[in-house]
Amino acid sequence: MSFIEIRNVDLRYGSSASGTLAVSGASLDIELGEFVALVGPSGCGKSTLLKLIAGLVKPSAGQVRVSGREVTEPLKTVGMAFQNATLLPWRTIRDNIMLPLEIAEPHRRTLKQDREKNRAKVDALLEKVGLTGFAERMPWQLSGGMQQRAQLCRALIHEPSILLLDEPFAALDTFTREDLWSVLQDLWLFRKCTIVLVTHELREAVYLAQTVHVMSSRPGRLIKNRSVEIARPRTLETTFEPGFVDIVHGLRQAISEGKTP
Amino acid sequence: MSSKTLERIAPWVTTLILVLLWWLVIVVFDVKAYILPTPGETLQALYQYRYPLMTNGLSTLTTTVIGFGIAVVFGLALGIIVGSSRLAYCAVYPVIVAFNSVPKAALVPILVVWFGLGFVPAVITAFMLSFFPVVANVALAFSTIEPELTELMRSLGGSRRDMIVKIGIPRSLPYFFASLKIAITLSFVGSVIAEIIGGNTGIGNVMLVASSNFNMPLVFAALVVVGGLGIGMYALFDVWERRFTSWSVRDVASTTPGGG
Repeated sequence: MSFIEIRNVDLRYGSSASGTLAVSGASLDIELGEFVALVGPSGCGKSTLLKLIAGLVKPSAGQVRVSGREVTEPLKTVGMAFQNATLLPWRTIRDNIMLPLEIAEPHRRTLKQDREKNRAKVDALLEKVGLTGFAERMPWQLSGGMQQRAQLCRALIHEPSILLLDEPFAALDTFTREDLWSVLQDLWLFRKCTIVLVTHELREAVYLAQTVHVMSSRPGRLIKNRSVEIARPRTLETTFEPGFVDIVHGLRQAISEGKTP
Repeated sequence: MSSKTLERIAPWVTTLILVLLWWLVIVVFDVKAYILPTPGETLQALYQYRYPLMTNGLSTLTTTVIGFGIAVVFGLALGIIVGSSRLAYCAVYPVIVAFNSVPKAALVPILVVWFGLGFVPAVITAFMLSFFPVVANVALAFSTIEPELTELMRSLGGSRRDMIVKIGIPRSLPYFFASLKIAITLSFVGSVIAEIIGGNTGIGNVMLVASSNFNMPLVFAALVVVGGLGIGMYALFDVWERRFTSWSVRDVASTTPGGG
């Protein structure tokens, strides 16, 4: 039994049978602690699949199970990060990262007595992503890449067992993005939580993930999966090696074939 | 002179020019004081009637602030409800818009029949005029919360209350304060209209009595008083706005450059 099991899931937006079918017959297994990437053409339902895992939307058919239990309401053990940093502009970076601790159980009950511990946690995470000394800044004082680093901290502060990333680096320039790949790899090697990364950047998927799943264009079906057995830690150099390039190439082809003409 | 000081005195210069124009029109066209008093005559009336202007001004201010206060509490509550529930929005918002398009001056006689002359109709009129911008702005702030934030809060197991307290209210503060500045000036309009139509005290009543006596300098002096009160309240909320929502005003100079 896998940690996350998606079984023949359909998702239709809109109540009637005529609603848009976003995901169709999707089946996927994700192991505990695995780093998985979902790639596919835009609008293929990748983000929808994330919401299904998080329990934010209910499948129209089929089942989503996490550690053996069917997901029927939002899971409370996930961290999420999005393409927009969505930091709260009225809070400092530290207070932004603390937000999940104020909301999620059981942290919110021990918020007062854990103040010092939480401060230390935030500082440790900020150090991991290279933002030491920025805790008391306001979000708008940080560049886009730094905001995304802060967002990763916010997604991890409550030690979620699943981290769901919805194109978190898509709005960044290439250099910043590649820096953040290694940041994310380090975070995963350090935390070993289960990560599902949605992206349309194939190099990003191959660099980061253990398994890359390819989705077809809408309605999204899972048409191929490819495990990436390149040693870690992977570096930017790795992305130029023939083995790496071959995998990217293969995925590219699979996506083209999965496009409905 | 630095551009900062120039910016600071600019509104006063404009005011001075307008007063000069006012005075010039009177001199050039030989306008009589019972049609349009000069700035000097207005000032004189302001001094001569300073006690009645002050007591009536205070009465108008009280009426305005009470009406405004009710409007803020009511508007904030309704704005939150309408902004955070789609059903409430559909059910209530069109009705509020429809109500807002009714000319409030037309309602004053009805209020006078119900509540008698004086204080109560004026407070209600001030309230009716000023609650809409508060509702509209707060509802806008709530309804434009990024869907990602809603998802984030739900995925953390946050309740609707968490959403309102942690995200909605702080996020709506700039919108709220912007609406307060509009609402307080509208509230003055409401109380003065009510005082003119159905009041027995207040600046509006002073203007009504003075104009029926052809005492135009006093009418203008009364106008100066309401204008001053309005500007004063506006300035007060402007200062509060800057204090409470400083995060929404970006200081370009302190932005950190650089990537990563």
